[in-house]
Amino acid sequence: MDLNLKKIKDTISNAQKNKQALRIVGGDTKNFFGNKAELPLLSTSKFEGIVDYEPSELVITAKAGTKIVQVEELLRQNNQILAFEPPIFGFDSTLGGCIASGFSGPRRAYAGSARDFVLGIKMLNNVGEELQFGGQVMKNVAGYDVSRLMTGSFGTLGLILEVSLKVLPRPEHELTLTYELDEKDAINKINVWAGKALPLSGSCFIGSTLSVRLSGNTSAVNAAKQIMGGEINEDTTFWHKLRNQELEFFNKNSDLWRISLKSTTVPLELGPTLIEWNGALRWLYPNCTSDIIFEKAKKAGGHAMIFRSKIGNLTGQQQVAGDLLKLHEKLKHAMDPDNLFNPFRIHRSY
Amino acid sequence: MNIIDKIPLATQPKINKAHLVERLGKVLPNSSLLHKREELKPFECDGMTAYRKVPLVTALPETEEQVIDILKICSAEGVPVVFRGAGTGLSGGAIPCETGVLLGLSKLNKILEIDQNARFARVQPGVRNIAISEATSKHGLYYAPDPSSQIACSIGGNVAENSGGVHCLKYGLTVHNILKVRFITIDGEVLELGSDGLDSAGYDLMALITGSEGLLGVITEITVKLVPSPQIAKIALVAFDSVQNAGDAVNNIISAGIVPAGLEMMDKKATAAVEEFVKAGYPLDAEAILLCESDGTVEEVENEMLSIKEIVKKAGATEIRVAQNDAERTKFWMGRKSAFPAVGRVLPDYLCMDGTIPRKKLAFVLQKISDFSNEFNLQCANVFHAGDGNLHPLIMFDASDDDQLHRAEKFGAAILELCVEVGGSITGEHGVGIEKINQMCVQFGTEELKMFHAIKKAFDHNGLLNPGKAIPTLQRCAEFGAMHVHRGQEKFPDIPRF
Repeated sequence: MDLNLKKIKDTISNAQKNKQALRIVGGDTKNFFGNKAELPLLSTSKFEGIVDYEPSELVITAKAGTKIVQVEELLRQNNQILAFEPPIFGFDSTLGGCIASGFSGPRRAYAGSARDFVLGIKMLNNVGEELQFGGQVMKNVAGYDVSRLMTGSFGTLGLILEVSLKVLPRPEHELTLTYELDEKDAINKINVWAGKALPLSGSCFIGSTLSVRLSGNTSAVNAAKQIMGGEINEDTTFWHKLRNQELEFFNKNSDLWRISLKSTTVPLELGPTLIEWNGALRWLYPNCTSDIIFEKAKKAGGHAMIFRSKIGNLTGQQQVAGDLLKLHEKLKHAMDPDNLFNPFRIHRSY
Repeated sequence: MNIIDKIPLATQPKINKAHLVERLGKVLPNSSLLHKREELKPFECDGMTAYRKVPLVTALPETEEQVIDILKICSAEGVPVVFRGAGTGLSGGAIPCETGVLLGLSKLNKILEIDQNARFARVQPGVRNIAISEATSKHGLYYAPDPSSQIACSIGGNVAENSGGVHCLKYGLTVHNILKVRFITIDGEVLELGSDGLDSAGYDLMALITGSEGLLGVITEITVKLVPSPQIAKIALVAFDSVQNAGDAVNNIISAGIVPAGLEMMDKKATAAVEEFVKAGYPLDAEAILLCESDGTVEEVENEMLSIKEIVKKAGATEIRVAQNDAERTKFWMGRKSAFPAVGRVLPDYLCMDGTIPRKKLAFVLQKISDFSNEFNLQCANVFHAGDGNLHPLIMFDASDDDQLHRAEKFGAAILELCVEVGGSITGEHGVGIEKINQMCVQFGTEELKMFHAIKKAFDHNGLLNPGKAIPTLQRCAEFGAMHVHRGQEKFPDIPRF
């Protein structure tokens, strides 16, 4: 057995015997998010490497500790991409962490989210046994979809060992168009376009500028440009910076909120805002209390959370309540009965 | 071996039918409560007609409140519940439980809201799949997943099975195309999973319940994502004189960076059956045909079609026919979508397999299936969602002949086990139901099954929902495993055998 795997398994079985909870880390690049419990670390970063990749199958399988930049470089050499554009908050960011967090970038509203591209996982349960769900094929409905349940669960249900992802061809051509307009008009405009057969692959509104990315074959992108007008933005790093939160917008010295809601929701008017995903994702530096944000998000059919905190540390807490919370607790107990894995990372009850 | 006779019920309650009918009668109108033998008969099976069971009672609620009331009564009385949408499922997932309630959702059939700007539709579970696209087409929008049964199957059933269709390589399965559901637990609790945005707080329970085959709860409302209708769609019908060449063409198309809207393959037997049935104009001398569709903007499609034609020519295509108009395009698709009933005309019964495989294994798998066909002395036609590796071998037989049914089951099992062996799955889109319950023991080991049972228990503590389906008991697998040894290891060695 792989020595690194053995070490991980041993750590889990010891923790299980001693009822000692663990904090699972990959590259530890998302430690700003969620409850910062002082727990013994269980690192997957040395359990790394590409397990299988055949470009014509549109599937890549790699171990949890494999760096995302390494995965993307291999795909680049074969003219393919991770279409959900996972944000990379540091060079050490791993595939395991990427899937455990389930974060997706600018292309998400057009291509799908991290969980949409997960085809299968290998995981370790609370006694260090290997379990395998899903697989390397595009379609698989045998058994419950544990792979997608694990995506975005922040390691609270088990340890992700290996992931198989669907990959897509790199678009032949990309182009960014910009428009000067106010927030309300930008939300309207991008939603109207999203309802048309146009090769959209990204949208971002900051200040008074709406940026729209088009991807596809060259003639289709050029034809769309004819329809949509606007100015061409030559800065090809824009979407990369947006994806990794490296734009100047993200430099403010206060709490950054993430609000996911119905795309056509009118401007929230709660402070400086950056809008993505056709309006369905709003990044906010609020000038109001959290109660108001939660209420507005709920009214717009969504939810809100502090994503990065400069002042407190209550980030990433998910607003789940009532019978739904009870179900979450039961599920956590079913999959991690001894509460070993990342307890309370994303909710004070589980 | 008749699969259904081997289904162990999680609970074998002694149920007083008269008492149950009386209680349900207090929450349901007479027209929604069927309990006489002749009324119950039509519900004895779903699209998998080889197995039948008559339910104790059929309830056809008209409102969500009635659904909740029924579940609360069943929970209190310890009565098993099986859900049913349109009853088109092919794996026997909606076959009733003789000691339980069959809860049909066909009367919850309204489209509640269409939001053109935010591009979603909120619908009840009994709405037919195609009715959503029909209702939204005036806005230039449609619901992408299109199972071949889309004129009849319901969206609730699609969610329960995580249905696919002929366009899912590009547009995804049901799980990729729903935003929110109202989910009712066996205790009658109402949960909203998902949101009006693109993600929601907490665990991704929407992904978990999609494809859970009615084992975790029932859905009373679904918000589906709508996508813009493409400006144009073009389809090419391509003929090959060998399956290998057709398989190579599929791989080469995808390697070239093209993700076609649809990429379907049919073998000679399937083509012949279809041609006889719908006269789609398919060439009868080809060993395999491909249907390759490109959609998007006019420019995109024009370019893509050019590349596709070049690639298939290089792969040895013997004929390439691009549909000249929408009528011809519809005809090409009609052939593919009628493949199951067409095969059904050749012999009275067929078993439709649903395995998935890595595409590169296609030629190998088809050769093995042909070998099995000789071994079990039964005909088999193959239709294949080639783009996403989902194979539908249709095993033809006459169920009135017990020996044929027996051989067909063995043939089917051999195909599914082959799919697992080459790195695929026993089901891509039809679900496990009762049909593939034994093969679940091949796909999964003890630990995975234990995890499934733990998840089930978190939702349905007493195991009342769709008992005996989808997830086999460890005991069942131990019995089955005694006959099947894999990778030199006996599976489930720690389970007592019976």
